[in-house]
Amino acid sequence: MPPERSSIPCSSAKTWEGKPNWTARVENYMGYQFIEGPELMQKFEQQVKQFPIEVKTGDGAVSISRQDGGFEVRTEKGETYRGRAVIIATGKRPRPLNVPREERLRGRGITYCAICDGPVFQGMKVAVIGGGNSALEATDDMIKIAEHVYLVSLTPLTGDRTLIDKVKRAANLTILAEHETLEIMGDNFVSGIRIRDLKSDEERSLEVGGVFVEIGLIPNSELAKVLVSLNRLGEIEVNCGCETGVPGLFAAGDVTNVPEKQIVVAAGEGAKAALQAHRYLQRLG
Amino acid sequence: MKAVKVYSTPTCPWCKKTKKFLEDNSIAYQDFDVGADKAAREEMVRKSGQMGVPVIEIDGDIVVGYDEGWLKQKLGL
Repeated sequence: MPPERSSIPCSSAKTWEGKPNWTARVENYMGYQFIEGPELMQKFEQQVKQFPIEVKTGDGAVSISRQDGGFEVRTEKGETYRGRAVIIATGKRPRPLNVPREERLRGRGITYCAICDGPVFQGMKVAVIGGGNSALEATDDMIKIAEHVYLVSLTPLTGDRTLIDKVKRAANLTILAEHETLEIMGDNFVSGIRIRDLKSDEERSLEVGGVFVEIGLIPNSELAKVLVSLNRLGEIEVNCGCETGVPGLFAAGDVTNVPEKQIVVAAGEGAKAALQAHRYLQRLG
Repeated sequence: MKAVKVYSTPTCPWCKKTKKFLEDNSIAYQDFDVGADKAAREEMVRKSGQMGVPVIEIDGDIVVGYDEGWLKQKLGL
């Protein structure tokens, strides 16, 4: 949306990424009984490229501000784009544990993508942090790969009963529900974690070489927080027309308060937002 | 011809994307499955100083993760 090329819609993103690319198996997208996440994303990309849309990748939007009756989007690399309407579809990112040494050891034994990095931990002892479906799925993957898996959850396990029943039979799994992760240990690489039993208050250390953090997602809504309303989860509040309350500024998908974070839902929301933005621009003339 | 190595896992979506990018651009590469090949895993960790995949090495230069801009620049595409 640079001013001199305002007739061509522009999409700016770090990559053609999104959570589907982290998902090995997609089994609930209409039209496909089964498709791998990256393959589905590739099909989305091919479809978009059929149209005269200027796509910018390798840079990320960091702020949106009002400018001359429209909006100005600034990026990490210092580029600016201007447009009369903007759709925010920035999705979510893994929630960090926020414990000592997490930042330093990220990628050095701490991972937020079991499907990507799991096989690297072949034959090692690992910990999966979390108690929901994502943590249970990571556990299910890792009990086939790792020597031993500790599943450490702040709460009782909250995932689907079928998933819980599936993993709890594994001989190489120790479930530590109602345990808080206090810190990650290690200098250059992860060497263990320190945890606290919430019932007994007893602290102990586990010797592990890998930590899989699966404690949910946080919305990438920071770039618009001065303009729009966020709910208590940090999601952008939209109405059923994907309108944020700021004329010309729309939002769609996982970054919003729309219930059910699924690819099929996000795709439908994206279509609604695009149609609403189109109508908005037509009204402006 | 540039020497291209990809350290990957079979399940990693970004590894698949990296390899597809190289294949689409007719770039020959060596693929190392660091899940199955312990020596390759240790080599990847030693070279990149971390344990995430994919790691791509082009003529001795290393990048962690799928970075199309870096790949294009290094490969002269």
